[in-house]
Amino acid sequence: MMTTEPDASFLASLAGPDEQVYRGLRARLAAQAAREGILDIAYRTIDTPVGELLLAATERGLVRVAYPAEGHDAVLSALAGQVSPRVLHAPPRLDAAARELDEYFARTRRSFGLSLDLQLAHGFRRTVLEHLIQIGYGVTASYGAVAVASGSPAAVRAVGTACARNPLPVVIPCHRVVRGDGSIGQYVGGTEAKRALLDLEAAA
Amino acid sequence: MTVKPFELIVAEHGPTVLRVCRAVLDPADADDAWSETFLAALRAYPRLRQESNVRAWLVTIAHRKAIDRHRAKARAPVPAATVPERPSAYGIPAEPDSRLWDAVRALPPKQRGAVAYHYLADLPYQEVGKLLGTSEAAARRSAADGIAALRNIYQQEKAR
Repeated sequence: MMTTEPDASFLASLAGPDEQVYRGLRARLAAQAAREGILDIAYRTIDTPVGELLLAATERGLVRVAYPAEGHDAVLSALAGQVSPRVLHAPPRLDAAARELDEYFARTRRSFGLSLDLQLAHGFRRTVLEHLIQIGYGVTASYGAVAVASGSPAAVRAVGTACARNPLPVVIPCHRVVRGDGSIGQYVGGTEAKRALLDLEAAA
Repeated sequence: MTVKPFELIVAEHGPTVLRVCRAVLDPADADDAWSETFLAALRAYPRLRQESNVRAWLVTIAHRKAIDRHRAKARAPVPAATVPERPSAYGIPAEPDSRLWDAVRALPPKQRGAVAYHYLADLPYQEVGKLLGTSEAAARRSAADGIAALRNIYQQEKAR
């Protein structure tokens, strides 16, 4: 026998949470999670001259910087699968990263003093990233030179892949790696962004 | 295998769970119960099976948190120097909407739970019965009685 449900449409007038109160609750949840050590990944976004960047950090340090072209939602889903699904929007952990990036784009900072978590890069890719960090502000190196520095002179293409899959663009300066013939080469944020970063550093 | 970032779980179910908490608890306790629910859910989330009904899982946690709070209150009644005002958020006079909220909270516990879990959280009566420790049929009756009582109050308020 089917029982008909009584009409309860009037319950819709039971208002949901006030938006400001609700935002406060969510911020408090993120803060409590961080205090209890169960906020595995905190993230926020920042506006920059090269677009809105996604910043994500574990307790160990900055783990991911992503351009809009990568799709921020897709990047967060990938982090949930690769690192931990305990992901919350929680700007406080990214305060230092946001400040240093702001300063970099304002040309008042030439190097980053942030703790980095390189767990997303393994093996040769990780070796390449460690060499990229050594390339100074306003300087460029060729893919071939980075291959030599990384101990595998023949691995020029693999250096290109390592740059393309750099989990921390801008902070780990893969934009400073250009082609041997002097042309700009590919970039995870698009060649326009790469040009903008090189111009920014050249003008400082 | 794709796993949803927990932020999406909060975005999707947070408002519903808060409405449930506000239906089964007093306003001061409801927000804390919401936080406790999502904190406990975040802790357990990596072990949650993919096929689980996330909303039912969250409402079950919220139900347990609400019971904890009711018990704590029963154990340690807070001595009040003055009779408390009716709960009206931030000194704003009670709106018809908040009178309806008050009416939900004034329902007998089983009706209150049945209305919250079925009508606000959309759980099937079988699940509601499990949470309330009654049969599916009893959960259905509690919800129907609760809704009838609330509709009366709603219509009275509208007529004022």
